[in-house]
Amino acid sequence: MELLAILISSMLINNIVLMQFLGLCSFFGVSTKMKSVVGMGLAVIVVIFLAALITYPIYYEVLIPLNIKYIDTIAFILVIASLVQLTELVIKRVSKSLYKALGVYLPLIATNCAVLGVALKNVAVPQTYPEALMYALGSGLGYAFIIITFTAIRLRLDSANVPKALKGMPIALVTAGLMALAFMGLSGII
Amino acid sequence: MTEAKKVPVKKIPPKKAKEKEASLTEVFTKGIWKENGIFVMVLGMCPALAVTSTFEGAFGMGILVMIILTLTNTTVSSIRKFVPNTVRIPSYVIIIATEVTVLKMVVDAFAPALATELGVFIALITVNCVVFGRAESFASKNKVIPSMLDGLGVALGFAISLSMIGFVRELFGTGTIELGQVLPLGFEYTLFGGLGLESYAYSVLVQPPGAFLVIGFLLAIITAFRQTKKGAKK
Repeated sequence: MELLAILISSMLINNIVLMQFLGLCSFFGVSTKMKSVVGMGLAVIVVIFLAALITYPIYYEVLIPLNIKYIDTIAFILVIASLVQLTELVIKRVSKSLYKALGVYLPLIATNCAVLGVALKNVAVPQTYPEALMYALGSGLGYAFIIITFTAIRLRLDSANVPKALKGMPIALVTAGLMALAFMGLSGII
Repeated sequence: MTEAKKVPVKKIPPKKAKEKEASLTEVFTKGIWKENGIFVMVLGMCPALAVTSTFEGAFGMGILVMIILTLTNTTVSSIRKFVPNTVRIPSYVIIIATEVTVLKMVVDAFAPALATELGVFIALITVNCVVFGRAESFASKNKVIPSMLDGLGVALGFAISLSMIGFVRELFGTGTIELGQVLPLGFEYTLFGGLGLESYAYSVLVQPPGAFLVIGFLLAIITAFRQTKKGAKK
């Protein structure tokens, strides 16, 4: 039950994009084509989860015993960068079609601040390994969910009659703001 | 980062020839307005949204980015001839991450309140699109002094934008501007304290949705300003 609560809270209530402002560059950058957004969302779910799977033990089993936890940022970014490369290789071997769908977006994830942010947040508060994994999974799902719904709205905005100064990025930001307002209403659930 | 790789690379090549002739002052000033990170290139949005709920937090973040961007641009530019092209991105990441780690320790030691306020976002300067974008698109191709000035200029533009957003959000969100709470200024002062604006404040602006709304509308105002200016020139 506890784990389910963490999943829902990290996916919807404390949504990684709208409430914690992580991964915004890719959020505004790729959210123009539905197909690429679905690929990006899937790739982020996988990488955030795998990164948490690896960085959590590294922090508690390597960095803390050696008393060098201040290099966590450097260690984590290295793990994430190599992880992304590895995922790319594995997916290329296992499924050609999935590789084609994700292809371009995988390398970009290495520098997506959502991945590093979740990895750092996971060790910033004391929690157990399953809780950390659940938090990572929920964050990834939340990212994918928001970026897909946001793209759906943005595609419709293209054909709308928007004032000249608000065209493009400003209206996208206002849309995201209204979405965040709606999501604030969920805060009473848990 | 998605943008950082695409936009500058796309934009710089035709400009590069010109930039070589450009004077140092131009290199410095273009980052403040013409190529402003947030309002023109729309890069580095994460900190722009996350830490701007108070003016001081935003200002502090701006200062930190200024330090980091000047340092990384200088470092990247000075080693640009030794680093093979194929491993340049990983080496930039390591350089930036190391310098951010050092900065984080300094902030923890001298401004603990600021460190608590900014939280994970100090470490996340590592993957800030603006920092990485400048290293890749300018510092890796230019000499040390211009790179340093470019870093300082772009970061100054970034800091000004952040402070602007923070100012608007805190003023309209709470009715006052608190000074000395987060930054180690040595004094405490409340700006607009006696005007009774508190009762007219929209508290949603200091909450997450307000960040998107304020930046959206500021961006629209600046776009409108640019459009009328362009129209006047014609």
